[in-house]
Amino acid sequence: MGWFWKFTNSSIGKKLVMSITGILLIIFLIIHLAGNLTLYWGEKAFITYAGTLELLKPLIRIIEVLLALVFIFHIINGVRVWWGNKKSKPIDYKINAKFKNSSIFSRTMIQSASIIFIFLVIHLDTIWYPYNVGTGAENLYGIVTSLFAIPLYSWFYIFAMVLLGFHLNHGFQSAFQTMGWNHKKYFPLIQKIGTIYAILMAVGFASLPIYFLYFHGR
Amino acid sequence: MDEKKLNIKLKIWRQSGPNTVGSFVDYNVSISPDASFLEMLDELNNSLEKNNQDPIVFESDCREGICGTCGMVINGEPHGPLRKIATCQLHMRNFKDGQTIWVEPFRAKAFPVIKDLAVDRSAFDKIIQVGGYISVNTGGVPDANSIPISKEIASEAFDSAACIGCGACVAACKNGSAMLFVSAKVTQFALLPQGQPERQKRVEAMVAKMDEFGFGSCSNTYACEAECPKGISVVNIAKLNHEYRLAKIKSKNVEV
Amino acid sequence: MGNINSTSKDFKLNSKVPEGPIESKWTNHKFSLKLVNPANKRRYDIIVVGTGLAGASAAATLAELGYNVKSFSFHDSPRRAHSIAAQGGINASKNYPNDGDSTFRLFYDTVKGGDFRSREANVYRLAEVSGNIIDQCVAQGVPFAREYGGLLDNRSFGGAQVSRTFYARGQTGQQLLLGAYSALSRQIHLGKVQMFNRREMLDLITIDGAARGIVVRNLLTGAIERYSGHAVILATGGYSNVFFLSTNAMNSNATAVWRAHKRGAFFANPCYTQIHPTCLPLHGDNQSKLTLMSEGIRNDGRVWVPKKKGDNRPPNQIPEDERDYYLERKYPSFGNLAPRDISSRSAKEVCDEGRGVNGGEAVYLDCFDAIKRLGKKAIEEKYGNLFDMYQTITGENPYEVPMKIYPAPHYTMGGLWVDYNLMSTIPGLFVLGEANFSDHGANRLGASALMQGLADGYFVIPYTIGDYLASHKFTSISTEHDEFKKSEEEIKEFVKKLLSIKGKSTVDEIHKKLGRLMWNKVGMARNEKGLKEVIGEIKTLREEFWKDVNVVGKAEDLNQTLERAGRVADYLELGELMATDALNRNESCGGHFREEYQTDEGEAKRDDENYRYVAAWEFENVGKWNLHKEQLEFEFLHLAQRSYK
Repeated sequence: MGWFWKFTNSSIGKKLVMSITGILLIIFLIIHLAGNLTLYWGEKAFITYAGTLELLKPLIRIIEVLLALVFIFHIINGVRVWWGNKKSKPIDYKINAKFKNSSIFSRTMIQSASIIFIFLVIHLDTIWYPYNVGTGAENLYGIVTSLFAIPLYSWFYIFAMVLLGFHLNHGFQSAFQTMGWNHKKYFPLIQKIGTIYAILMAVGFASLPIYFLYFHGR
Repeated sequence: MDEKKLNIKLKIWRQSGPNTVGSFVDYNVSISPDASFLEMLDELNNSLEKNNQDPIVFESDCREGICGTCGMVINGEPHGPLRKIATCQLHMRNFKDGQTIWVEPFRAKAFPVIKDLAVDRSAFDKIIQVGGYISVNTGGVPDANSIPISKEIASEAFDSAACIGCGACVAACKNGSAMLFVSAKVTQFALLPQGQPERQKRVEAMVAKMDEFGFGSCSNTYACEAECPKGISVVNIAKLNHEYRLAKIKSKNVEV
Repeated sequence: MGNINSTSKDFKLNSKVPEGPIESKWTNHKFSLKLVNPANKRRYDIIVVGTGLAGASAAATLAELGYNVKSFSFHDSPRRAHSIAAQGGINASKNYPNDGDSTFRLFYDTVKGGDFRSREANVYRLAEVSGNIIDQCVAQGVPFAREYGGLLDNRSFGGAQVSRTFYARGQTGQQLLLGAYSALSRQIHLGKVQMFNRREMLDLITIDGAARGIVVRNLLTGAIERYSGHAVILATGGYSNVFFLSTNAMNSNATAVWRAHKRGAFFANPCYTQIHPTCLPLHGDNQSKLTLMSEGIRNDGRVWVPKKKGDNRPPNQIPEDERDYYLERKYPSFGNLAPRDISSRSAKEVCDEGRGVNGGEAVYLDCFDAIKRLGKKAIEEKYGNLFDMYQTITGENPYEVPMKIYPAPHYTMGGLWVDYNLMSTIPGLFVLGEANFSDHGANRLGASALMQGLADGYFVIPYTIGDYLASHKFTSISTEHDEFKKSEEEIKEFVKKLLSIKGKSTVDEIHKKLGRLMWNKVGMARNEKGLKEVIGEIKTLREEFWKDVNVVGKAEDLNQTLERAGRVADYLELGELMATDALNRNESCGGHFREEYQTDEGEAKRDDENYRYVAAWEFENVGKWNLHKEQLEFEFLHLAQRSYK
């Protein structure tokens, strides 16, 4: 299997890992958002949703492990790509004209990713951990709504989701390009879908803290 | 032609050798707007020589945008602010009177500076040498018309083959990636029937060589396409990704 | 570097043209050539200087055969050679369009186009192998233009009434060179070619009268390096840069051939220079070079000037009946596709009459008729990149405003004299491509340079060099041989001298002066008085150079001024030889137009009785040459006055 490691360590192989894990995360986000949106239907709906997941616990645990692996690969590999690329360009230009030849979303993947990573840690620590590991009987709805009542928490959440949108806007089409799926007919469409998807994800997720912070129960 | 001359303030990177520290040096020139950018540098060099100063080293040859020898970063962009031209085709009429222009060499780990604005791009040759060809000896080939190729495919292959090997893609890329250059050659041969026998071997060898030189990974910013003097499309890079992936899965090569 | 070799005034040039009917000369000759046993080929080292079409194709092919090749280029990469800039196409007598082409017709057109000043047997061989070149290039993956059915497309070019030009948009030279470069790269990878980039050949080493090595300057470090071999091939291109302003690349130069000439290789027909009719006109003093528009554009373009002198209206306001389509008027059967020398001279004529654009040195060229006939898209597909280039340089849109063009030095038919085997007068020194004189006579037809470069490299030299190697006994020679040492000393002395003058003129200033002298008096039209004057003026300029040039920088460093200075020093000698040759040739033929020798209609008037020869000049000393003549026999074609009417 030496060839396989060489493959995944090659410049293209590393990107391919980013692409595959990225696509999986794109799918995960859709499901996650769909679940989260049940919050809008109130406590009962949300608890029912959480309860359904509870019923599938063994399966969910397996998925969670896989998901964690996907995240880890995506993150570690992303850092490796970034670090390697930095070494490939040891000196930058005095005059920066990058805004003329590339989009800001594509150039700031590592920055958006860093914020999203911090968010992810906080997210797991404040929601996933108390619910799954804490007392074991926490009310998920309660956890979420009380967190969203904290303005700082919510604002960081919103900020991270905007950056998630940035990240996805580039990442979505980039995943297709890296897989080699760039066709004159379909690629412009993929780019549009990517942007729409990125906006939907950012707005969808960020709408919850906004709702709970400013509109819920008033 | 008594056109008004442009007064330009230049800040040019000077570096006496590969291992020395360089810096920007200021020059003022007054130049006809019809002159090309390199002619402006010729004139500056001529006046430096008149004053017994070392002229600025920069490379150029055909001055028609086809040989790929010239290349410098002008105000942050390889080959300057205009699209789809090489430095030699840039004319001074595209600058304003009194403008300051920063001139820097192409930057990338794999393109070390030789002197002033000249960089070493020999890595490109070495990548081609491991597989950027169709292995046919002279003589004994079939009649040219025995291999029909559709006009569209021939035209697409040409689009890829139009690469002049100037290295602007590497210079423009924030990752110093050579994927546009490599993908153009891989795509040209992957499209043509003549390229099929060595299709997998070629892409595997060329990518391995590219990595060996320390070119970066493509992160799809597409700056390369924007700055390419021949407008080589990033669709080539997608094709390269595809070719490489399939080659890795299908080929029986366990070495590279 | 002024030694004279074994040659002398009584030296008899032997073209070694084989006997027999023209169709079988090459076939018979190939059979009679000695072969080198496949296992022995690796014992021979061949030096190839230059990596353009001729050099790269020769190096690759010889390496494929098994020889050890050392390939040299002054560029950073072999792919930069100036063949890359050839736009229009490559001729081959494939007769794919079924319009009556044949080997004989290509042969005939080329000899006639060259105004009957080329060697019949060489030209026939060129036509004979032309088809193989296309096959070879297609096999290498060169993306030639194709028809919808998938077969190769052809266009027509100057001097021919058939469509035999294969092309890859307007970048045929690039694609063919990349083909040869890829073949070369493969051999480098296989270890059969050792590639030496950034090396400029400064001397040829001859030992016992034969070429055995070269001395080069490493352009990065300034180090003088020596390389030995059993044979040396020069494929270093032409010398149009004598004119300073030409369509050649900035670094194209004559140094390799000139230093070989000074070591004993005869220089043939130096006055045969081609002025290309369709270049962009001059814009100002600081211009560094002239840009060519492929003459392929003459297929669909019409060249004209206003009928009236002083008609300075913008071109689109000059009505159709007040335009003079002078090529169509003077040469109704060839029209805008008249050969290059004729087209260039006609442009000069109308401009001399004061009918040029705004009375200056430019004529109009537009494709409006073709756009009307075929649609803008079709024209864009054919010439899009040329039009873009025009617009970039001039800032004018050629789809709407007629382009301005004017002739410019472009190609040199003259070069080192070679026999049928492409060997110069120095045994073991072979010369290919534009660097030799052999195939184009006094004028080259469009799309024939690419053909000749590749014919020489792929299909001629691999056979003929084997014969030379197999029929000679070689002693082994090390680069410590006295001749190498002596040469290195001489070069170092030469460099030291250049750097020590510290005068007031820059290298470019002197080069520009030389260029103006050459353009005015050894350019499109020449006369006895001007030539006599210019010889003196060049001598004076040469003295000025050696007294007053200022070459800054060091010898042991990347020093571009020093590189140029060495080249200009050579041009200052070569320029004089060009004028000397032009003065000697009391006739007009092809690109050599002597004003004293023209018909009543102003056409070139040859003197077949007295000048039907190749003028091969033997170097004796700077400014002194001996003339040797190779009589040209026309056994298969009838000598005729060229007519394109």
